[in-house]
Amino acid sequence: MATLDRTSSATADHLLRFDRVQRTAHWLNALLFGALIVTAIPLYFGSLFGLVLPRHTVEQIHLYCGLVLPIPVVVSLLGQWGAQMRRDIRRVSFWTRDEVHWLRRLGRSPLRADKFNPGQKMNTIFVGASIVVMLGTGAILKWFQPFSISIREGATFVHDSLSFLLALVIVGHIIMALTHRDELRSMFLGTVSAQWAARVAPRWFAEQPHDPAP
Amino acid sequence: MNPTPDTPPEDTAGPVRRVGRRAFLGLVGLGVLGVAVGGRVQSVLSNAAGSGLGGVLPFGNNWRIYTITGNYPLISRDSYRLQVSGLVDHPTTYSLSDLEALPATTLVKTFQCVTGWQVPDVEWKGVRLADLLTAAGVQPGAVGVSFDSYDGADTESLTIDQAHLSDVIVAYEMLGKPITREHGGPVRLYVAPMYGYKSLKWLSAIRVVDRIEPGYWEQNGYPTNGWLDGTTGNTNPRLGLA
Repeated sequence: MATLDRTSSATADHLLRFDRVQRTAHWLNALLFGALIVTAIPLYFGSLFGLVLPRHTVEQIHLYCGLVLPIPVVVSLLGQWGAQMRRDIRRVSFWTRDEVHWLRRLGRSPLRADKFNPGQKMNTIFVGASIVVMLGTGAILKWFQPFSISIREGATFVHDSLSFLLALVIVGHIIMALTHRDELRSMFLGTVSAQWAARVAPRWFAEQPHDPAP
Repeated sequence: MNPTPDTPPEDTAGPVRRVGRRAFLGLVGLGVLGVAVGGRVQSVLSNAAGSGLGGVLPFGNNWRIYTITGNYPLISRDSYRLQVSGLVDHPTTYSLSDLEALPATTLVKTFQCVTGWQVPDVEWKGVRLADLLTAAGVQPGAVGVSFDSYDGADTESLTIDQAHLSDVIVAYEMLGKPITREHGGPVRLYVAPMYGYKSLKWLSAIRVVDRIEPGYWEQNGYPTNGWLDGTTGNTNPRLGLA
């Protein structure tokens, strides 16, 4: 079994998929998203739910969770400890023609998969862009005074619509995680087996320096 | 663990492209576009969707029900009382039927929240606040009017001149029916020329006072003069706060 230290890559039969920095950032991010969703429901469906806490308190929790939301991701990209996160962001950014084709055909085309498949890459991109947009529109709603009513309406529209979309994507993400135990385990413990990597992420597997034939 | 971190992963399937960065920037751009045109898109979509789904989905012209305390006060129509007190010659207590017996004013306006949502063509019926103040006899030295709510937490204020505007009413009907509990019934304030937070719900008391007492939302950062965009209450200097 591999140690969980981010500096030690893996043993012969296990590869490090997510280092400690990435796992910490992921779970802090998940915690904040959870708090945002839990507080968003009574704020949006105020007419359907009696509030457990006063509305103003719920608003404050939602506001501060939203403001600190980017911090885990940003910190995980910085400095020496962010090296693997930055490498993985590059993986998410660079696509081969095969990957584009695979996504267009919804997975029904041959692909020698990278560390993350195109669906996982799109999930990362969508959630990342959503954080930026939700933060921006949320800030307009909170500090509304300099903005015209038309901009406020637009920000309300985008913040609300995107929250529905995000909720769907997050539910999908959780379903995928619960039905893919090896991947889920690597978000807790960091590693995947070499067999898994050779089967699911062959292009990443081929890059590994200590590369026992499967 | 990646031996060549600065070169993109190569593949036999042709050159790699920064699809991810483009998609990311495209999505953020879509968000900015949505802010620019979202108000218009929302009104088109909500007209198309009708009133059924519009109450829940984000493109609907739906009410967002706000409560400060976490619940809606339950006041029966029979036990409802409105006190008018403070710097007045005749402190008065009104029942709901007392209010309904007074000359009524009907207003049909867009209800507009300061955070950007709105509901068009809402009909309100009630008594002009000015009529209640005149009946009570406002004394010299009165500067502001403060309002209390049955929820025990919300408060609001208007200047004495704002309180005399003809489209500021003590409302007991909304869209032709008694105002429901969640909308602030049986009686609420409706300040048509200002944002929704000025229209205090579950109105319990009207106090004429010698200064402006900032209300709950003003203490939480909202402007004391909540004029809607485009209404120029401030062109009359007496209506704004100095």
